[in-house]
Amino acid sequence: MLERVKELLGSGEIAGFIGLKLEYGHPEPYLFTKDHPEDLESLLVGDVRYPLNKVLLKVANQYPELTFGVMVRGCDERGLTELFKWNQLRQDRVVPIGVACPRELAEACECYKPYPSQWLVGEKTEGISKSKRLQKIEGMKQDERLSYWQNQFNKCIKCYGCRDVCPMCFCEVCSLEDRNFILTGKIPPENPTFHLSRAVHMVGRCIDCGLCEEACPSNIPVRTLYKKVGEIVMDVFGYRTGESAEGKSPLNILGEVTLELSDVNK
Amino acid sequence: MEYKTVLTTCGYCGCGCGLYLEVLDGELVGTMPCKTDPVSQGGLCIKGWNLHEFVNNSDRLTQPLMKKEGQFREATWDEALDHVASRLKEIKEKNGPNSIAFLASAKCTNEENYLLQKLARAVVGTNNIDHCARL
Repeated sequence: MLERVKELLGSGEIAGFIGLKLEYGHPEPYLFTKDHPEDLESLLVGDVRYPLNKVLLKVANQYPELTFGVMVRGCDERGLTELFKWNQLRQDRVVPIGVACPRELAEACECYKPYPSQWLVGEKTEGISKSKRLQKIEGMKQDERLSYWQNQFNKCIKCYGCRDVCPMCFCEVCSLEDRNFILTGKIPPENPTFHLSRAVHMVGRCIDCGLCEEACPSNIPVRTLYKKVGEIVMDVFGYRTGESAEGKSPLNILGEVTLELSDVNK
Repeated sequence: MEYKTVLTTCGYCGCGCGLYLEVLDGELVGTMPCKTDPVSQGGLCIKGWNLHEFVNNSDRLTQPLMKKEGQFREATWDEALDHVASRLKEIKEKNGPNSIAFLASAKCTNEENYLLQKLARAVVGTNNIDHCARL
């Protein structure tokens, strides 16, 4: 990866590379540029994952005319595919550099595709098509399952970490901050409105990176919840979020009904 | 063009969660939890997640305020500290050192809190020292 990044920066093909840098023994998100070639000695792949696409969004918004490289795993690549579709990034201004996840990480994530389309680091390991943790919850009786989720949602301290860390949460206005809908100064938040609203908003967005669950200080299995969302989106719309540049994201399909202005005014 | 993260400790409470402040071209633009921090292990509360917001907030006090004729007015650090020192001295002489209490802060470092208790015990001569978490 190091050689490729050096090459891209040297040729000017990219203005910067967003990856991880080892600093004080901790891997941290960083923008490598050719102005500081010595930083590249601390470039790291590792297994600790950060929302690098979210960093890319920040940097690309500041420098929309420049092209940036970014380290991507399978999930990050799915994220990029959706971010292009949602017009948050321009595909011709992003150069992804792939990393295939090791088996341990793929299993911990129950990732269905733990590798991007091309990779320079790691070896391809087979994806996991059925999530055991989802199967376990689905194996519960309905009332048992309901109380399971209610108990989980009651642990929420409303830190908004799941949203803040999410590389696919790019809305400027968030329904979870609508004061008519979610009361301020109250924890746990409305159960299950808060969590199920977020789940609905993950339709066609969630690329199953699991950063939300890793950021949750209350250990709520939100990733499992969004895995179910992904499964429903697949079953109902035949749409696998982030898999292909083709096809409309389900929430962008208007359907057969067309509204006339006169209907709206009624 | 520069984007970097600065590893630091949350200043809001005594838990000491590890986080990164995101800096884009010298401007503070965000907070991200440090996933390898042994204390917080990648989690933060809502205050921690928004730590970057108070730094450049226009409501933030940047100078000491002293009440004069019922109104708060900006003062220099020398003016404010001289006033505090002379009043503490007066109170100590009149009512004894135990008429004074010191309240340390969870937002400060261990070293700063150490210095405050040292000031209380060795300079003023009182064991009346507590911290903000019990206010």
